[in-house]
Amino acid sequence: MAIFLNKDSKVIVQGMTGATGMKHTKLMLADGTNIVGGVNPRKAGTSVDIDGNDIPVFGTVAEAIEKTGANVSVLFVPPAFAKAAVVEAIDAEIPLAVVITEGIAVHDSAAFYAYAVSKGNKTRIIGPNCPGLITPGQSNAGIIPGDITKPGRIGLVSKSGTLTYQMMYELRDIGFSSAVGIGGDPVIGTTHIDALAAFEADPDTDLIVMIGEIGGDAEERAAAFIKENVKKPVVGYVAGFTAPEGKTMGHAGAIVSGSSGTAAAKKEALEAAGVKVGKTPTETAKLARAILAG
Amino acid sequence: MDLFEYQARDLFAKHDVPVLAGEVIDTPEAARAATERLGGKSVVKAQVKVGGRGKAGGVKLAATPDEAVEHATNILGMDIKGHTVHKVMIAETAPEIVEEYYVSFLLDRANRTFLSIASVEGGMEIEEVAATRPDAVAKTPIDANEGVTEAKAREIVAAAKFPAEVADKVVNVLVKLWDTFIKEDALLVEVNPLAKVASGEVIALDGKVSLDENAEFRQPEHEALQDKEAANPLEAAAKEKNLNYVKLDGEVGIIGNGAGLVMSTLDVVAYAGEAHGGVKPANFLDIGGGASAAVMANGLEIILGDPDVKSVFVNVFGGITACDEVANGIVQALQLLKDKGEEVTKPLVVRLDGNNAELGRKILSDANHPLVQRVDTMDGAADKAAELAAAK
Repeated sequence: MAIFLNKDSKVIVQGMTGATGMKHTKLMLADGTNIVGGVNPRKAGTSVDIDGNDIPVFGTVAEAIEKTGANVSVLFVPPAFAKAAVVEAIDAEIPLAVVITEGIAVHDSAAFYAYAVSKGNKTRIIGPNCPGLITPGQSNAGIIPGDITKPGRIGLVSKSGTLTYQMMYELRDIGFSSAVGIGGDPVIGTTHIDALAAFEADPDTDLIVMIGEIGGDAEERAAAFIKENVKKPVVGYVAGFTAPEGKTMGHAGAIVSGSSGTAAAKKEALEAAGVKVGKTPTETAKLARAILAG
Repeated sequence: MDLFEYQARDLFAKHDVPVLAGEVIDTPEAARAATERLGGKSVVKAQVKVGGRGKAGGVKLAATPDEAVEHATNILGMDIKGHTVHKVMIAETAPEIVEEYYVSFLLDRANRTFLSIASVEGGMEIEEVAATRPDAVAKTPIDANEGVTEAKAREIVAAAKFPAEVADKVVNVLVKLWDTFIKEDALLVEVNPLAKVASGEVIALDGKVSLDENAEFRQPEHEALQDKEAANPLEAAAKEKNLNYVKLDGEVGIIGNGAGLVMSTLDVVAYAGEAHGGVKPANFLDIGGGASAAVMANGLEIILGDPDVKSVFVNVFGGITACDEVANGIVQALQLLKDKGEEVTKPLVVRLDGNNAELGRKILSDANHPLVQRVDTMDGAADKAAELAAAK
């Protein structure tokens, strides 16, 4: 069953005709994703041949939905135009918008998130600055490599793309129901909590791996949520113990401010909620293995 | 990016937030002319991005231009909580202050919206007020798409219980301050204190501004606000090459792909270092997804140029990027550096995993570079890199 994305998902790509969009549309198709169209107002009415697949290009998200029944959009739109593209997706009421774009100004992210809320939260936003999500063997909406792992019963939620890949690789023999990269920006549409709730409700997920990093208090909130609401075992990892105060570590949201946002505080909060937290990604994978082995 | 007080003052002035006159100088003698321009007296204020400068002696009242020079002489070069003072602001002396307030707008990450914080108890750290007198701090969420209209500003003024006689003036400050927040793509604009002076006017006497670096594409003027003097020379050189680099204080140079994996690499190295005399990571360097030979060479050049570095750990997980490309990048980068006459003398530990890892590992083995060692697990490679750094 998986979360947010499955074999029946009909995916469109906003920004498909750009170089990055084309590259990843090709990869998503190779992973079996049902890509039903691209969106580019200047190329509306044309179509693009990608490895023998004839992908139509629509002028707007609304038109793409009307013609194809699309229910997922993946966005590879440059930062300056990302806000308008997300707002368009929200106006068209697409159920899921996956914003891959890195470097979006936080005022823009805050604005499109507030807009989605004001429109009744009909569109779940994942990202921005994220690798997207994959349900192995069914569908891939974003840039997570499809061949790292196989279908299985672990659910994964992570702020970081490469740590997502690392963890999928560590546990590739067990496999994943879904893996969701929620992104490393200060304002993101889907949080650890949203993914934890979905995995808890998903009958195909037996164990959840949650990867966090310094900055903000999302992990602490997730810990409180786990304590109250998650019955399935959760294994955690937090990156950034050695990060100095006041420095942004790659991700725009990865910053320790004063005494808040530290990795130590996050680990402590997760452990207090009964989550086993690994010191390294490899150790985290071992913890997951041990739990699944009973 | 956090700004200095004088930069914040300039941005406030640009958006019509009422401020006092002031200019920034970096030599003691310049304090004289600046003070003369202000009518012969001034406040000499150290420009440092840390609180508590007043207590540290970084803010002095000058009754004459000579006194301003004397204070500037003492303050320039002063160390305030580890920050060296390179600039001072020569500011107009404040008229008699009657009351001190606090107002700010900031990004509220947890609630994914903007927030106004206001208090009639200004002049001290707002965290302190919030801890001792939480009822004196009014927090008001701001809808990102509606912003701060006059009506919203009145709501904030009412929530914080500003006195009626300053209400209109504070409303004006709030609307102008919101303008600054939005138009400058700020993450924080803070005025503390916002002072009511004897004439009844309300003036921003000191402020903090932090700007969103992701917005630089539409804020071309922000680049000039960067504090180039304070930047570590290695960080400055890395920025020139568009590398995502942060200098740390350890001995193991780190190169990796992806911010999360690199952060994790630092931790794993520090953890492994505990068994090797406490060696630590020397830096954060994320070379991103498509690590070409040129990018790898740029990265290696920065890391090897760091005298603190004793060994280097290249930690790559091939996601979309293929490890054979990364391996070729490393081999070519070493050759590039050699051709430039910068022969590598520090040992490199390379861990390649993921997409085409076998091919990549073979390329490294075949190249047989005397300083390059392959270790195929992240924890094992971190341990080896720490051991090599400790042995140097």
